[in-house]
Amino acid sequence: MKEYSALSLLRGALTGHQHWRPAWRDATPAASYDVVIIGGGGHGLATAYYLASVHGIRNVAVLEKSWIGGGNTGRNTTLVRSNYRLKPLHDFFEFGLKLWEHLSDELNYNVMFSPRGAMFLGHSDADMTMLAQRGDAMAASGIDAELLTRDQVAKLEPLIDMSRSARFPVEGALIQRRGGTARHDAVAWGYARGADRLGVDIIQNCDVTGFVREGNRITGVETTRGRIAAGRTAICVAGHSGHVAGLAGLRLPIESQTLQALVTEGVKPMVASVVMSQSLHCYISQSDKGGIVMGGDPDAWPSYARRGQPTIVEHAIAQAMAIMPALSRLRMLRTWSGVTDMSFDGAPIIGATPLDGLFLNGGWCYGGFKATPASGWAFAHTLATGTPHPLVAPFALDRFERGATVDETGVGPMPNHR
Amino acid sequence: MYRIPCPHCGPRAQAEFTYERTAEAIIDPALPASEAMPRLYTRTNPMGVDDELWRHTYGCRAWVVLTRDRVTHVISASRAIGPEVLP
Repeated sequence: MKEYSALSLLRGALTGHQHWRPAWRDATPAASYDVVIIGGGGHGLATAYYLASVHGIRNVAVLEKSWIGGGNTGRNTTLVRSNYRLKPLHDFFEFGLKLWEHLSDELNYNVMFSPRGAMFLGHSDADMTMLAQRGDAMAASGIDAELLTRDQVAKLEPLIDMSRSARFPVEGALIQRRGGTARHDAVAWGYARGADRLGVDIIQNCDVTGFVREGNRITGVETTRGRIAAGRTAICVAGHSGHVAGLAGLRLPIESQTLQALVTEGVKPMVASVVMSQSLHCYISQSDKGGIVMGGDPDAWPSYARRGQPTIVEHAIAQAMAIMPALSRLRMLRTWSGVTDMSFDGAPIIGATPLDGLFLNGGWCYGGFKATPASGWAFAHTLATGTPHPLVAPFALDRFERGATVDETGVGPMPNHR
Repeated sequence: MYRIPCPHCGPRAQAEFTYERTAEAIIDPALPASEAMPRLYTRTNPMGVDDELWRHTYGCRAWVVLTRDRVTHVISASRAIGPEVLP
């Protein structure tokens, strides 16, 4: 398959763009693979890509029950950042951020990574103390973090209500200037094309209905397109991890909840950075098409429905309008929902399971998109070597019984209070 | 927004209720750690019907047990919590 380049585009322009070919093959399942990855979202496709490109394991299948990138990869708010407080989290996400910075080159596919700055607002002295603590923790690990004053926030985002009578007064912010947004579909398609070019079979419309088990070992999967044998099997279906792991008889420290987001009509540039408030739990950014993308809290009860309550959307809009009153003049284009794996400490789960040959990548809560490259990289390492990559060793499935939780917000074992 | 039948107050707006936890996560203090641990930290999390503990937070404040489908959101049973529901 040809490389994409300005030259190929120019040549195509002269020949009526007849040169375009499908970016990946529509593969039919073979009888067996070295590695079978369940889930054709960003994480599954990235895992397949790095298995083939870094570890030379190319006899790999990615099984997707509908179309690739149609789950949470196509339902997020596309934010990319590594500004976490705890070292295991910020080291992992920082590794990912460095992959993001070169991802378009790596994949020869424009993922439109836009490092426009990811900013947490502080609304009180206590907020600013928390943000300073977070920034210090990041800086100690060599990650960029900068505390902003009120004046700096006002200069960066002139539409934020900086008045003292604001419903949520702004005292300052913590910004990570290397954070930003990316184009979600391009991430799935870029990894799919890259993996396909290295020989990975991407099999869509292939729903996994069960596992083939011999003793304590998983040796393959039953699917709607027949049985497929696998040397190693990887679950990469965040949102539905509980369901798929349940087919193998496993119970996970995960509860599935709905997370909603919304976008307005497209307007001229009005939000320069990614504006977030952790005290309110609200995030605002502007897409490259001009729509204002907003999100808020999950619907805090279990659901696999991929549709949420309007009250939650209303709450997110109310918060966003309180921060940036000009948003009230925009019309909402649409809302959507995804099913998220809410883990019991808010951190992901990557690694081995109690069943031999079965590996899990899930528990991403509402932060999975930004993790896509690092997750694929580390999970591929885990699948190829059978041992966890050092970056994801803290995220082992058995950490709860060991008392080694990674609880960024210090909430405790409560998936519905994150 | 849908309505949740409270066994004490009748049907009320869902916004009045708070989901607390799945009913399988009720932990008897007498359980040994090996049995309490999976109840505290893991879930069946079925893509289907489950028994759940909800609280009528902005109503009578009672805890209730709902039998609810997690895909269709249909509530097939709502029970008051009492000796016959909890051990």
